[in-house]
Amino acid sequence: MSDSRQSSTTLAIQASLKKRYARERRFQWYGRLAVLTGFIFLFILLADIIVKGSPAFTQHYIELDIDFSAEMLGVGENPSAEEIASADFLAVVKDSLREQFPDVTGRSEKKALYRLISIRAEYTLRDMVLADPGLIGTHKNVWLLAHAEAGSYLKGQVDVTAPEAERRVKDAQVAWLDTLRAEGRTESRFNSTFFLSGDSREPELAGIKAALYGSFFTLMVTFCLAFPIGVMAAIYLEEFAPRNRLTDLIEININNLAAVPSIVFGLLGLAVFINFFELPRSAPLVGGIVLSLMTLPTIIITSRAAIQAVSPSIHEAAMGVGASKLQTVFHHVLPVAMPGILTGSIIGMAQALGETAPLLMIGMVAFIMDVPGGVTDPSTVLPVQIYLWADSPERGFTEKTSAAIMVLMGFLILMNALAVYLRKRFELK
Amino acid sequence: MSATTAVNENTRSMMERNVSMDKTSALEMERQADMEAYKTIGSPLVKDAKMSARNVNVFYGDKQAILDVSLDIGRNEVLAMIGPSGCGKSTFLRTLNRMNDIIPICRVQGDITLDGEDIYKSNQDTVMLRARVGMVFQKPNPFPKSIYENVAYGPRIHGLAHSKAEMDEIVENSLRRASLFDEVKDQLDKPGTGLSGGQQQRLCIARAIAVSPEVILMDEPCSALDPIATARIEELIDDLKEKYTIAIVTHSMQQAARVSQRTAYFHLGKLIEVGSTKDIFTIPQHQLTENYITGRFG
Repeated sequence: MSDSRQSSTTLAIQASLKKRYARERRFQWYGRLAVLTGFIFLFILLADIIVKGSPAFTQHYIELDIDFSAEMLGVGENPSAEEIASADFLAVVKDSLREQFPDVTGRSEKKALYRLISIRAEYTLRDMVLADPGLIGTHKNVWLLAHAEAGSYLKGQVDVTAPEAERRVKDAQVAWLDTLRAEGRTESRFNSTFFLSGDSREPELAGIKAALYGSFFTLMVTFCLAFPIGVMAAIYLEEFAPRNRLTDLIEININNLAAVPSIVFGLLGLAVFINFFELPRSAPLVGGIVLSLMTLPTIIITSRAAIQAVSPSIHEAAMGVGASKLQTVFHHVLPVAMPGILTGSIIGMAQALGETAPLLMIGMVAFIMDVPGGVTDPSTVLPVQIYLWADSPERGFTEKTSAAIMVLMGFLILMNALAVYLRKRFELK
Repeated sequence: MSATTAVNENTRSMMERNVSMDKTSALEMERQADMEAYKTIGSPLVKDAKMSARNVNVFYGDKQAILDVSLDIGRNEVLAMIGPSGCGKSTFLRTLNRMNDIIPICRVQGDITLDGEDIYKSNQDTVMLRARVGMVFQKPNPFPKSIYENVAYGPRIHGLAHSKAEMDEIVENSLRRASLFDEVKDQLDKPGTGLSGGQQQRLCIARAIAVSPEVILMDEPCSALDPIATARIEELIDDLKEKYTIAIVTHSMQQAARVSQRTAYFHLGKLIEVGSTKDIFTIPQHQLTENYITGRFG
């Protein structure tokens, strides 16, 4: 009797086993599929951004034979610095282009020809002469930055088979650029402008330096406010505060704040900090305060979780040898909770780095050419710069947009790597 | 004999005081009724006690975990507390150095004294108390720091060492007394969490004695250890009683029999029977005690 019962159990198990394993295998495949889908989308996104953005890291230069005659510049024999500064270097560039292509005659044709060179050329030449006034009266070959459209042709981004009317680079310009290239008068160089200058109306002159500095100042303000306040609040709430209705209410509110749309914080910043406290508009100071309000709940929640995760036996051990509450927290609980606190804080900071909406509300969406020198100077931040460029019609800004996204992602990766590094370091101790 | 009578009278007067104080509380009435139902058998009180508890009641919220326990811990003796799970022995142990303070809903009534001084008086400093009444926990819980730091931490926060050399001496002596020094002397800078379970527990004992406490409370110190490690800890307890007063909670009756001079049997928050360990294990007076120590629990 017992034998038969046993064998029937075995049979029943055997019958169900196959099904169970099949279900498990199926589930594993769903999981793999989900991960794969995620990776494919991520890959497409990254590939698109990298393909579009990487050309932005190079720029084309065109070599022109520049005639620095005093007559052409409209200055005297031994000009003063002021005279040089006000000399007509644009005319020099135009003259050089006309000499390069003597058969260009029509007014609109000439205009098209002049558009091969960036307006920066004027300043490049002026700076050269200011640095060395001896140049006046000589001829010199100078590499000048190409206009963004000419540059995009030289980078091979223009489809010349398309109808001329649909392109910004016209047939004549294509012919001139081809000639220049054949003569070895074009060159691709690393685009240092992108990292060394602020925003500009001209794509070839636009850079992210102002936005980077703005982001840096804003994040500094955010970190200096959000990290100490957040961690202190978390420590107090977790270790010292009594559990009662008030602290429950506070906890619920913190959790709710974390889910508040970020633009609401922008409205608050506008109403309170700019309109009421009359802090400067478009300043990293206000941006930082607003972002710290936004980041605080994240930091408090993750820090509390990290503190809560510290084993109560550590508490007991410290109290058992007679450590006071404060000593227990600062000598034993915090060091153990620190990796978690840091990870949470850095993730909160990364969130703040990528935030756009609240900053639009407080006027950090301005066109900023100059690098901000402090937290009260008007500035913009990287994501807002990306937003501005993405909105620009010029073709040259498309690649800038992607390139700026690459830089932003680079910083995000850097911050997350820092979080991982700090966690590992603290865990070793 | 006359001393015992005096103590008993003392107890009675204290009881009366309690009654008059809390007459109004319904909970208290219930407790009184409950209390009358039992009286600790044996000799809970001793002459020249290091710590004494009188009419101690402990509540977790509305739930009463300890019912009217009066118990003395004699100087340089090892007192074992045994009883089934949930009988309140750990709770009682933790009232002795106010470790229960960290639990917000926990309330303690009655008098507990250390060298005749009330440790629950309002101006009692818990830091001071815990430096005098050290504790070793059920699970070895070294700090996630080096072995040296584990031992040095207590003396450091209390400012017991004035130089590095003094601190080194304290650390070495403590580790020696916990009979751990020879095993770890070459790796004092290694994390304490990297030791084996038994070594960790001895490290915790070293940490507890580093602040030179007068009383050491041990809450099932061997429950997470194998028999060899347990034997070492038991030897250690035997050595330690020369210098310290020890109260140990244990689930192992053999352990209680081996290490202690007196044994207290707890049951559902009540102190059923106290006596010399030999008497408790050979001629238990109360039925519950007998059932428990003979394994016929029920």
